Amino acid sequence: MNKLKIILNGIVRDNPTFVLMLGMCPTLGTTGSALTGMSMGLATMGVLICSNCAISMLKRFVPDQVRIPCYIVVIATFVTVLQMCMQAWLPALDKLLGIFIPLIVVNCILLGRAEAFAARHSVIESVCDGIGIGLGFTLALTLLGAVRELLGTGMIFGFGIYPETYGSLVFVLAPGAFIALGFMVALFNSVKKHP
Amino acid sequence: MTTYLSIIITAIFVNNIVLSQFLGICPFIGVSRRLSSAVGMGAAVAFVMTLSTAVTWLLQYYLLDPLEIGFMQTIVFILVIASLVQMLEMVIKKIAPVLYQALGVFLPLITTNCAVLGVAILVIRGDMDLGQSIVYALSTAVGFTLALALFAGIRQQLELTEGVPRAMRGVPVALVCAGLLALAFMGFSGISI
Amino acid sequence: MSKQSTSLWRMMMALGAVTVIAGAILAWVYSMTSEPIRDAQLRARRDAIAAVSPQFDNSPQPVAITPEGEEVPVELFPLTLGGKPVGAAVETYSDAGFSDRIRLMVGFDSDGKITGYQVLSHSETPGLGAKMDTWFRDPKGNRSVIGRSPASDDMRVSNDGGSVDAITAATITSRAFLDALNRAHSCYISYTNSR
Repeated sequence: MNKLKIILNGIVRDNPTFVLMLGMCPTLGTTGSALTGMSMGLATMGVLICSNCAISMLKRFVPDQVRIPCYIVVIATFVTVLQMCMQAWLPALDKLLGIFIPLIVVNCILLGRAEAFAARHSVIESVCDGIGIGLGFTLALTLLGAVRELLGTGMIFGFGIYPETYGSLVFVLAPGAFIALGFMVALFNSVKKHP
Repeated sequence: MTTYLSIIITAIFVNNIVLSQFLGICPFIGVSRRLSSAVGMGAAVAFVMTLSTAVTWLLQYYLLDPLEIGFMQTIVFILVIASLVQMLEMVIKKIAPVLYQALGVFLPLITTNCAVLGVAILVIRGDMDLGQSIVYALSTAVGFTLALALFAGIRQQLELTEGVPRAMRGVPVALVCAGLLALAFMGFSGISI
Repeated sequence: MSKQSTSLWRMMMALGAVTVIAGAILAWVYSMTSEPIRDAQLRARRDAIAAVSPQFDNSPQPVAITPEGEEVPVELFPLTLGGKPVGAAVETYSDAGFSDRIRLMVGFDSDGKITGYQVLSHSETPGLGAKMDTWFRDPKGNRSVIGRSPASDDMRVSNDGGSVDAITAATITSRAFLDALNRAHSCYISYTNSR
């Protein structure tokens, strides 16, 4: 299979957020600003690439009946490695993302891709899939974060676009997360159907 | 006694796990088409969450901390939850087949429900003792069930509604409704106990 | 029967091997990162003390002080300049906020006047709670607490009859902030009295 096509599929056709609707918790919980959304996306992407690669290498040695626990252990290992590295070198970011870093373990995207892709394809293809899906997830989170930050505070990545007084704080809070995501999924649907 | 009461009210209403903490969104959207399945899922989650929180709490303080291997936390917790769900499935199947028929389909889904692992980690991060942890886990599950049931009721009505724009049908309009529900729950955040 | 037991044996082997390798990797990464993690935590605390305190030249060591009528001790960092005491930084907290604990670092000079503060962590409403960082040093009206002393000033919000303006639309957060401030001050007083 064409490697570029695998990556593109991950971003558009199989976009984990807008199409597959997977990994909703970090999607809603960490997109209060564009920066946190993007960091969460990149963190997930890092774990996804590593776990896809490792699982694709392991697939011949692991009996079918215990494959799910093995995948979970592999994913949890990479998540913990990421968590420790962030605590050591990016403590401010780790505090900002809080509990959502260890919760990458239960992000359905990781286990889903392990089952649906990495267990059936070569190492290189699995890494490409990790990059594609990871980029799709990162893009979606950054976009949602940017929209919420702009509507809520008038800023994107901390740069003021319009005065803060015109922003409506509700978009940074929990209700705005659901509403913004709802409209963005609708937009994605209508653009995809009528290009 | 007041601490327990405040934990209960806070976990159910003020910091509702789904609507203000954003944990357990996948089942919130996936299993909320019918009211009956929403309640079933809630009951299964309550069972697993309470049990797994108690077990992981004990493991953290009597195994991980004495051995100073706190970095194994995530792996140990997720394995405990996964095997607990498996065991529970077998036990319920043997002992209470009727209950198994009602809850069986939801059990495998719970392993990847981030609310379960989330609560197990949150009680450790919040320095709660065993009693508080169990009460917190149980009331969080009640809050989860409440949100799920309310949302399922709304979605059942939504399906009968005509005139929803084509692009908004299904999940998008449900998400907007969830947003309004979250807005309503924000009203609880003024309560101080 | 024997076939079944060999496959069970293989399953256990595979799962065990994966877990052991995962544990080994984690132990290695832990040994690599535990030093930087401790450094990062110490540096964060040192930076917070330096940001809130009057000029000092010692390396502040924590002293545990239990506020009157309470059980949980609070850490106080005595500061000296050229061997003479010039005040202290107190790592204080309040549970009176909306959700969870608010933690502050507050600096006092030798007269017990507040020299500065820094919000270490909080989980108040995003957007509103974050205003704590700037509001209470804003010279407008009676907002600022800098240079005032809880001994001579009534450090409560003006709604409660005090002399500090609360953050607009965030009275409870403001109350909690001042509660933490007063706790810090009473710790500082009992520390100076004990010497």
